[in-house]
Amino acid sequence: MQQQPNKLRPFFENLNFERDDNTMVINFGPQHPSAHGQLRLVLELDGEQVVKAYPDIGYLHRGIEKMAENMIYNEFLPTTDRMDYIASTSNNYAFALSVERLIGLEVPRRAQVIRTMLLELNRIISHLFFLATHALDVGAMSIFLYAFREREFAMDLMEDYCGARLTHSAVRIGGVPLDIPDGWLNQLSDFIQRLPEQIKLYEDLLTENRIWKMRLEDIGIVTPEQALEWGCTGVMLRGSGIAYDVRKEEPYELYDELDFDIPISDRCDSYGRYRLYMEEMKQSVKILRQLIDMYSKTDSQIMAHSPRYISAPKEEIMTQNYALMQHFVLVTQGMRPPKGTVYAPTESPKGELGFWIRSEGEPYAYRLKARAPSFFHTGILQDILPGTYIADVVTIIGSTNIVFGEVDR
Amino acid sequence: MAQHQVNYASSGGLPVALTTVDKLLNWGRSNSLWPLTYGLACCAIEMMASGASRFDFDRMGVIFRASPRQADVMILAGTLSKKHAEFARRLYDQMAEPKWVISMGSCANTGGMFNTYATVQGVDRIIPVDIYLPGCAPRPETLQYAMMMLQKKIRRESADMKKRKLQRFV
Amino acid sequence: MRKYTPKDNVQGKAKYTDRFWVAPQVPRLSVDEDTHFTNVLQKVKEVVEVLDSYVEIGQLVIHIRPEDNIKALKTLKEDCGYAMCSELSAIDYLAQDGEFEIFYQMLNLNEAKRVRFLTRIKKGQAIESIVPLYAMAKFAEREMYDMFGIVVNNHPYLKRILMPDDWEGHPLLKTYPLEGDEFASWYEVDKIFGKEYRDIIGPELRDPARIDRYDTQRFSRVGHEVPFNANPDLVDKTQTPIEYSSDFLSNYNKGPHEVMDKRK
Repeated sequence: MQQQPNKLRPFFENLNFERDDNTMVINFGPQHPSAHGQLRLVLELDGEQVVKAYPDIGYLHRGIEKMAENMIYNEFLPTTDRMDYIASTSNNYAFALSVERLIGLEVPRRAQVIRTMLLELNRIISHLFFLATHALDVGAMSIFLYAFREREFAMDLMEDYCGARLTHSAVRIGGVPLDIPDGWLNQLSDFIQRLPEQIKLYEDLLTENRIWKMRLEDIGIVTPEQALEWGCTGVMLRGSGIAYDVRKEEPYELYDELDFDIPISDRCDSYGRYRLYMEEMKQSVKILRQLIDMYSKTDSQIMAHSPRYISAPKEEIMTQNYALMQHFVLVTQGMRPPKGTVYAPTESPKGELGFWIRSEGEPYAYRLKARAPSFFHTGILQDILPGTYIADVVTIIGSTNIVFGEVDR
Repeated sequence: MAQHQVNYASSGGLPVALTTVDKLLNWGRSNSLWPLTYGLACCAIEMMASGASRFDFDRMGVIFRASPRQADVMILAGTLSKKHAEFARRLYDQMAEPKWVISMGSCANTGGMFNTYATVQGVDRIIPVDIYLPGCAPRPETLQYAMMMLQKKIRRESADMKKRKLQRFV
Repeated sequence: MRKYTPKDNVQGKAKYTDRFWVAPQVPRLSVDEDTHFTNVLQKVKEVVEVLDSYVEIGQLVIHIRPEDNIKALKTLKEDCGYAMCSELSAIDYLAQDGEFEIFYQMLNLNEAKRVRFLTRIKKGQAIESIVPLYAMAKFAEREMYDMFGIVVNNHPYLKRILMPDDWEGHPLLKTYPLEGDEFASWYEVDKIFGKEYRDIIGPELRDPARIDRYDTQRFSRVGHEVPFNANPDLVDKTQTPIEYSSDFLSNYNKGPHEVMDKRK
């Protein structure tokens, strides 16, 4: 006898929790402190072992792709912040890069240096956040507090640059809006001086920790075949022994001029992925060090000059009539990129992030598809969870490093 | 035993404080507000940051609880989608009285920038809200200020559940 | 007479377009210039019929027939080393041609090259699932079905993924408005409280600039406090005269004020 829903006692269940074959169905989420957002996993358990896992997503679906069809390109850019909200600049950048490739725009060198700096700083912020939450889920509370402390220093740097802590919008189509403020580079070099010591502290606490190893080693095995089939990218792919990093293979911005390594692990498990995250942070520090030296060798232009698509600098708008008219048209009507399709992949902290844009020569994108890495990393859960124990489910979700703004869009 | 007998009413030097039951209960309630770890979207990251080392929410008696049965405050941190709305209401119903709700961020207040088909246009359509917290995303200091405003509000309320229900708009 | 708005595409439109405006086209290069792409195209041509092919912004684009998608992708995966399918989804061209365009974005990890397959299906036509080749289609094709209503044949679990199961309509169709339809606007109220509560809760307020001075539940005025839920017309105005915020603020600024910053 099913309970009849009424107005104050709504009936939510759409699952049959009682089974004949001695398995039990449990509902993990959508509000679960370790689910990294609004993941709902329907797990079929035999004792403590997962027999079948079914990830149910869409609890954070906000219609971002639909919004893109109703907004001019510059108007849409702040919306991309809310996709991967742990590293906003990487989304802004991926969108800006797609539009720049579509209209064939060359970005000034100083803007490139600043963008690359922001991207790497965001990578550090995101990886520290991963470490904090992953360790918290596994049970290491103090790492959470330590990692958040370092993350706050990086957030302060972002805040000094763009004024926002979380939703930066610090990259614009055609460049960056602001030059680096005075003293920012000194603060940045202080920060990257300090960070390796802190990373060493985390590694001392975790890497050889017996409990940490027992919880992570051989948990969440993603075979290379699975990773390829599921379109895994980023650390999920490199953790399975396949060396592919968009920064190296299809370089964008200044990554072809920078000296850095791509760490790879062939362990295929959560522990290997944890090691990769730590190593990538060190590489980001290395990149940032080189960028600080590059900055002084650039001239002061930070926005591309392209009157058809990009507004002129503020001084020109205030002084020259034609620049003001162009600015007015670009703000009220929006830029009109040429007809065509573009897909520009970038390496976000989570994996390959790219915006697939079909333009019909209108100020509104005809179709925008955000290729989010976390979407497929959530999908692979249904293949890697069966056979594991319920206590390891949390570890595996943590090590995939999924963000639900990006999964559901 | 007689030598230990104390006449409280007559000895003025002893630690006696006179207050109303309302104030005593509200003092207790307002100084140990336990919110539910209910992270929905971007604001949840700032909610975590305010619980972490720099902003240190614990010093205000605010300890995040994972179960709605143990929580007093629901911080709706982020966009509430229409698919999630029924679960938010269910979690609210599972919380024990007295309970309060903070709507954190523009998305939870009004739908914010997500004026789309999939977003609930303000959580007050489904849940009564006590504090609206603007910002996208609000800084951790803002959340702490909201918590202090909520404490102020609680101290003004009547501790009597029946009266409280009448005062509130449910 | 009211202005006619087309119902087959209710998405954002340019407010003004010059009569003589002709949108330029992104340059489409010939495939011959890249040896890798030439080889790929050659191998695909051996198996399926290629309708059109060119290189657009560094990526090879191949137009194929919708029946051939499995064969073409299989060739690409097994013979050309395209081990990963990055993304697949659809575009709505129902208003113009009555068709959907489906794209498959492929990646070769060894060569770092990308190929895009484009195919067009009629409205109501189904397409074959590529799950046997790429497991990522388990999620991506479900999303396509959810957003556009395109049925995928032989998909193991074709069900809505982002929207709730009982949702009506497919959100990314061009006929679906951004704010949602009638069903969407009442969805959460119907689900939680029931239809009879629609009147109590009221419609969604989607105008971001809306101010209602008679609404004392959601708005208050500077300089004139109205009790919660009170009718502002019944309040004794002689006690506290209504001051609109503009007057209040301008008078506030006019008054003599001391200069706090000594440097001024």
